[in-house]
Amino acid sequence: MHQSFLLAGFGGQGVMFAGQLLAYAAMDEGLEVTWIPSYGPEMRGGTAHCYVVISDKKIGSPIVNNPDVVLAFNNPSFTKYEYLVATGGLLASNASLITQQSQRADITHLPVPATDIADEIGNLRLMNVIMLGAVVTAHGVLPLNSIKRALEGHLPAHRRDMLADNYTALERGAAFTSELFPVK
Amino acid sequence: MAKELLKGNVAIAEAALRAGLEAYFGYPITPQTELLEHLSRRMIQLNRVFLQAESEVASINMVYGAASAGVRTMTSSSSPGISLMQEGFSYIAASDVPCVVVDIMRGGPGLGNIQPSQGDYFQVTRSAGHGDYHPIVLAPASVQEAIDFTVLAFDLADKYRHLVMVAADGQIGQMMEPAELPPMRPIRAERPEWALTGAKDREKNIITSLFMQPEEEEAFNQQIQARLKVIKKNEQRWYEYLTEDADLLVIGFGTAGRIAYSAVEAAREKGLKVGLLRPQTLWPFPEDRLSELADQIRGCLVVEMNAGQMIDDVRLAVSGQVPVSFYGRMGGMIPMPDDILTAIEETLTRLYSAAGLPI
Repeated sequence: MHQSFLLAGFGGQGVMFAGQLLAYAAMDEGLEVTWIPSYGPEMRGGTAHCYVVISDKKIGSPIVNNPDVVLAFNNPSFTKYEYLVATGGLLASNASLITQQSQRADITHLPVPATDIADEIGNLRLMNVIMLGAVVTAHGVLPLNSIKRALEGHLPAHRRDMLADNYTALERGAAFTSELFPVK
Repeated sequence: MAKELLKGNVAIAEAALRAGLEAYFGYPITPQTELLEHLSRRMIQLNRVFLQAESEVASINMVYGAASAGVRTMTSSSSPGISLMQEGFSYIAASDVPCVVVDIMRGGPGLGNIQPSQGDYFQVTRSAGHGDYHPIVLAPASVQEAIDFTVLAFDLADKYRHLVMVAADGQIGQMMEPAELPPMRPIRAERPEWALTGAKDREKNIITSLFMQPEEEEAFNQQIQARLKVIKKNEQRWYEYLTEDADLLVIGFGTAGRIAYSAVEAAREKGLKVGLLRPQTLWPFPEDRLSELADQIRGCLVVEMNAGQMIDDVRLAVSGQVPVSFYGRMGGMIPMPDDILTAIEETLTRLYSAAGLPI
């Protein structure tokens, strides 16, 4: 098992933290993992991305040409990374903000109205965790509970009051995927 | 201790203070800044010295002073900042005082950019300052190695009274991996006997880099060279993977070395006889092992994030026994496993056809 994830969006959308939650969850499951951000002159409103590689073997490169899974949080990310998704891979998009449609027939599409769901829960910033809940459920390598534990363990102290909302966000994302791809 | 998900820069900082770092002097620069940031908080918590100097020139001279007083000390920077420290490195080397310098290399030359690079291999291995010496240079390829080599750096610095550099790049500095930190060591209770601690009731110690008489300077240089000879004998370190039956040996350090690992795995899946040698010390270069391996391989492929610098050391070590090829990226570009795999296939094809063997 060797799976690579690319998460991309505007600075401030929680790209880095969503990637770190994946990484913490993988580590806690006893897997090898790397997380690496784009770094430098990124800022709120600019674009940012990070790569997460999860494997049951030693990881060489933490960066890949063709990620197995792309999580696009905004239009520019979708435009830039849609064509990079590995054949047979998963392209998850925040359909509330992304107006484009992918023409690729060789990958699975997962358009999640994540910002709308976040709005229903009452906090737009939960978008990243909703996306993560949807992706983890569709992807199947990590159990949803491992992300929950990662949230519990690593949500910063000044955001602890949002733990319950984050759980809700995770479950709403997971439920969206389950409805889209019902288990036969 | 349990594994934690740690960023390279933070891991190096925490490892340094657990290794008994008493005084840190530095100046911020991307992609190294988290190292300084972490220490700015932790060193104060532990009632140790953290000082953000006015420049890299000041930082390294503060390190020189602290090291002369027998204090476990370090600084860290990235390529342009390391250039500014050159004079200080040379004075430190000429004064036989131990200290640790971390270089999280970025794209150059000049102000360059802030992306990962290995463009400063020559700078760190050839002298890191004027005069006839080499620092010991450790090159981690993972967050765990960054931790382990930081602790090792302090021990080697003390053991040889020598300048030790940990040379990584922006990727190692910025990435997070599960890694285990060492236990907290107590701060050293006593100062070394050569240290400047006040000469009341004892003969004075003198730390200087000035030897006006050429005879005296030559004798001092001979001492340095004798020490370097011992270091060269004792401290060559490397990581080796699937070399037993390898026709082609891929050689890379740090980030390029770990990406080459992925390429070697992919090549093996295709049934190609390829192995990896990843130098963990850049000086001393693991020339003894490479020289042995040169007897059993058909060729080398050197992979670096520069225009080809370590390749000189590879050529010296294999001493014409086998051809040496090169694949590199520059300016903050990172080679991808697929690109290295292509270079592996091309090199093997050349080697086999030159030997008249089927591909």
